[in-house]
Amino acid sequence: MQALFENYLAVLLAAGTGCILVITAIIGAKLLAPYSPNREKATPYECGMLPIGRVRTQIHVRYYVYAILFLIFDVEAVFLFPWAVSLVQAGEVALYSMIVFILILGFGLGYAWKKGALEWK
Amino acid sequence: MALVLWGLFGVDMNVWLDAFLRLQLIVIVMTVTVMALIYVERKFVGRIQMRLGPMRTGPYGTLQSVADAVKLLTKEDLRPATADFWLFELAPYVTFVPVFMTLLALPFMEDWGVRDLQLGLFYIVAVSGVTVIGYIMAGWASDNKYALLGAVRSAAQLISYEIPLILAVLAVSMVAGSLNLNDIILQQDTIPNALLQPLPFLILLTATLAELSRRPFDIPIGESEVVGGPWVEYSGIRWSIIFALTEYAGLWGMAVLGSLVFLGGWEFPFGTSGFWGDFDFLYQMALVFAKSSFLILTMMLISATFPRLRIDQLMAFCWKILLPFGFLQIVINGIVLMYLDSEVTRDIALFATSGALLVAMAYVTYLATRQPSREARVAAMVAARSIQ
Amino acid sequence: MTVAEVVFYLLALLSVIAAVGVVTVPNVVHAALFLILSLLGVAGFYILLSSEFLALVQVLIYGGAVATIILFGLMLTGGRDLPAVGPGAQWPLALLVSGALVVLLLTAVLNTTWPRDAGEMTLISINTLGSVLFREWLLPFELASLVLLVALIGAVVISSQEERES
Repeated sequence: MQALFENYLAVLLAAGTGCILVITAIIGAKLLAPYSPNREKATPYECGMLPIGRVRTQIHVRYYVYAILFLIFDVEAVFLFPWAVSLVQAGEVALYSMIVFILILGFGLGYAWKKGALEWK
Repeated sequence: MALVLWGLFGVDMNVWLDAFLRLQLIVIVMTVTVMALIYVERKFVGRIQMRLGPMRTGPYGTLQSVADAVKLLTKEDLRPATADFWLFELAPYVTFVPVFMTLLALPFMEDWGVRDLQLGLFYIVAVSGVTVIGYIMAGWASDNKYALLGAVRSAAQLISYEIPLILAVLAVSMVAGSLNLNDIILQQDTIPNALLQPLPFLILLTATLAELSRRPFDIPIGESEVVGGPWVEYSGIRWSIIFALTEYAGLWGMAVLGSLVFLGGWEFPFGTSGFWGDFDFLYQMALVFAKSSFLILTMMLISATFPRLRIDQLMAFCWKILLPFGFLQIVINGIVLMYLDSEVTRDIALFATSGALLVAMAYVTYLATRQPSREARVAAMVAARSIQ
Repeated sequence: MTVAEVVFYLLALLSVIAAVGVVTVPNVVHAALFLILSLLGVAGFYILLSSEFLALVQVLIYGGAVATIILFGLMLTGGRDLPAVGPGAQWPLALLVSGALVVLLLTAVLNTTWPRDAGEMTLISINTLGSVLFREWLLPFELASLVLLVALIGAVVISSQEERES
């Protein structure tokens, strides 16, 4: 318990160190870099053209499908991690139940494939 | 005073000091490595393209990275007027900090990493996945069409290629029976995992290129398409934090991870009880350095010589080729590990099955990408003409 | 106060502030990011409960996958253009439901006997976790795959409908 907690205290410290690193760099730039804002500089960059209209923040639905697919396989991976390291201990049942699990999701992937959800049109 | 304060909190002050000093060492080594890698990549790509690369700053241009750093530090830091202030400011942190946090779990030498986590491999995979939020934040906050397009593209690419990465890592942890990086390295004293598991090794290399948005997987940041992707509005120091620091620190971290997990790290081929007694760490360091340099140069070579993929090819390659073969590898590994007890037959079986899968995957990729024959193309063109 | 307690209160503060942020900020994307921050704070609690695996699962699933889904979902519906909404006509109903939930949770919290010391907890290795999962909890595990399959098919069907409409 104590070792685990101390290990992750170091993780917390690493997160802090990373933030401090970025802050230091940005403060350094604030001190060194020139600062002379004007209206042209503050417009969004569009290869020299003046931007027309606001950004339409509506993306295509296929991105969402990929995100759902990712979530599903991510959850599967979560089950795979304990399975991978305890396979020999847990015995044949674990092996075949995971094969069934992978087959069921493989069927889902095949369905998505056949329905054309994996095509980028 | 500080000592008394920490003493009250019940954790020995040495724990804090130890973690702090180790992290500082990582920061210094990381900064130097990133600067060296930028120089090496520019020189390397230069030679491939029959140029000299940087030559003016210092002998053979060795001070180029320093000059770059000074230039970027003194460059004006711009933010579009319509940008979302907080998200724009915070995106570099969310992108960089997870990459830095993954370095914590890597054992660079025997008994030397910042921390030896019991689930080190899982930790690295999980934490590095958080980076994707930074990409979306930056793209959304910039209020720029290219930035948003680049952000959703890079998010789609990062999440897609994370699964093959996880599968590759899982295949190795099955062979080692552990998620602890030290255990995995120690178990490779005679045969490195790259030999036992050639397919996961290849998948890891490919997925690393994609996760770092390097060519041929640089669609999200391709200059000629989305002018720099999510980072188009970032300039000066923020740009260098994201581009230089995050990208090259990530490259370094992944190369070290690959050399530890697949190439045997400091264990292969000499073992841990070396010939120099107290100075064993020197050759261990040299081994890890050599192996990770090899991986970095391989990735740079791929980046310099391959053309950019199209986005449909990129997604199809991930979901239709890497993913099914990754799962196949996991299932076959499971069967082999379950039924073969003797170590020799087990190793031979692992090598044979993974090698066969690698050949199969290469053949399937060839079938999927090959051009129709010249005659068929000519016939199609003639047919198209006659319709007109 | 021990370090563990200090860390606990810091994490609790972070999670609660982020959770309050979710329901109070007018911008939906900010709210989504606050939600993710709050969920990542929960990962810290799992570490304090010495469950390393669960903490990493939380980071992997919520920090990576769910975050992407929420943000993509917002952008799918045009996140920036959504007007900031105040309480609508259903607010008495919402108050009732959330009030009931608070009462339920408080009853559950007060009726549970919590272990006083962290010392009572045992560290469960991932190997033990795996063998228990695949010996005793096999059926729920297989059912999980069916749930995931349903989610997958649902996503594919909905997206192909949208494709046809557009």
